Amino acid sequence: MSNMVKVGMADLKAVVYPDALTTLGLGSCVGICLYDTTTKVTGMAHIMLPSSKAIRKNENTAKFADTAIVELIAQMEQLGGRRARFVAKIAGGAQMFSFTSQNDTMKIGERNAEAVREILKEYGIPIKADDTGGNFGRTIEFFSDNGKLLIKTAGKGIKEL
Amino acid sequence: MSFQFDKMNNTIILDVLREIGNIGAGNAATSLAKMIDKKIDMKVPVVKLLDFEQVPELLGGPENVVCGIFFKIEGDMTGSIMFVLDQKSASNLVNLLMPRDVAEFDEFTISALKEIGNILAGSYIASLSGLTNLKIKISIPAIAIDMAGAILSVPAIHFGQLSDNVLIIQNEFIEVLEAKSVDGYFFLIPDLDSYEVLLGSLGVTL
Repeated sequence: MSNMVKVGMADLKAVVYPDALTTLGLGSCVGICLYDTTTKVTGMAHIMLPSSKAIRKNENTAKFADTAIVELIAQMEQLGGRRARFVAKIAGGAQMFSFTSQNDTMKIGERNAEAVREILKEYGIPIKADDTGGNFGRTIEFFSDNGKLLIKTAGKGIKEL
Repeated sequence: MSFQFDKMNNTIILDVLREIGNIGAGNAATSLAKMIDKKIDMKVPVVKLLDFEQVPELLGGPENVVCGIFFKIEGDMTGSIMFVLDQKSASNLVNLLMPRDVAEFDEFTISALKEIGNILAGSYIASLSGLTNLKIKISIPAIAIDMAGAILSVPAIHFGQLSDNVLIIQNEFIEVLEAKSVDGYFFLIPDLDSYEVLLGSLGVTL
């Protein structure tokens, strides 16, 4: 029996085959999916902000790209995963509302995606698929049997990465 | 920054924000009534601090398609204000203006919603300005029709810099004659450095 395990906002989960992971309605947040190709240990984080460093109230590690990736790697290693084998797929980082004059806070989706890419690079985890940006929401499902990522949108169809 | 959002539950600050919500929404209801020339009743606004997870549930779950109308606040305090309503309420609202089948969010409906949102948020901000003596105005609207989770990620991320809660002001407007109800949610999202300006202008010291 495989379960579809839900990952909330500012949340992260690690599972083993045959369970799958999903997070619903990603906007400017980024969904980070990690997969160990050998042991099929699978993880997902739903981060809201790029960095915990400038923020005083930062004990929720799943909220920030930097701390969430560290925690997700640790949880996956506890389930028998090995970081050297991890591959990543990322989605989200949209800009839901656009204005002609942009300030930094409006571009949070882009900054989130950029932070995730940088941190994954730091940990030597290659990004196999990157579906970020745009101005629309995404629901994602990540499967442990083959590391397939399914991306659903409202009105823009479904795609598989 | 000395401001801590999570302590608000037990302090006068939540009351202040509730009162702002009350007066702002009252003005918005009056503007709406004037615009459509019909009597509009308003329930007492509900101001709550909710966990990130609970917010999309108010709007039918994270994947439910809703409408968000978003404005930047400019002037003495900065931030943004967003008005969110579900598909049924959006269609009721547009129908109050013009009897028309609005099953789909077409271009016409979207432009009507932008205009209504503009009036509601504008009167909300005008009353906030009157209450605080702060010079503030709103930008032109930006609209999104998408999954509730995605739209609500915008206020959630802003509030996320302070806490794990989102401050939400729920308003229900009822058009008396046809008993059409519009359930709308305002999110007043001051920029981090504007909380002190906003609360300070109301005599609340942090």
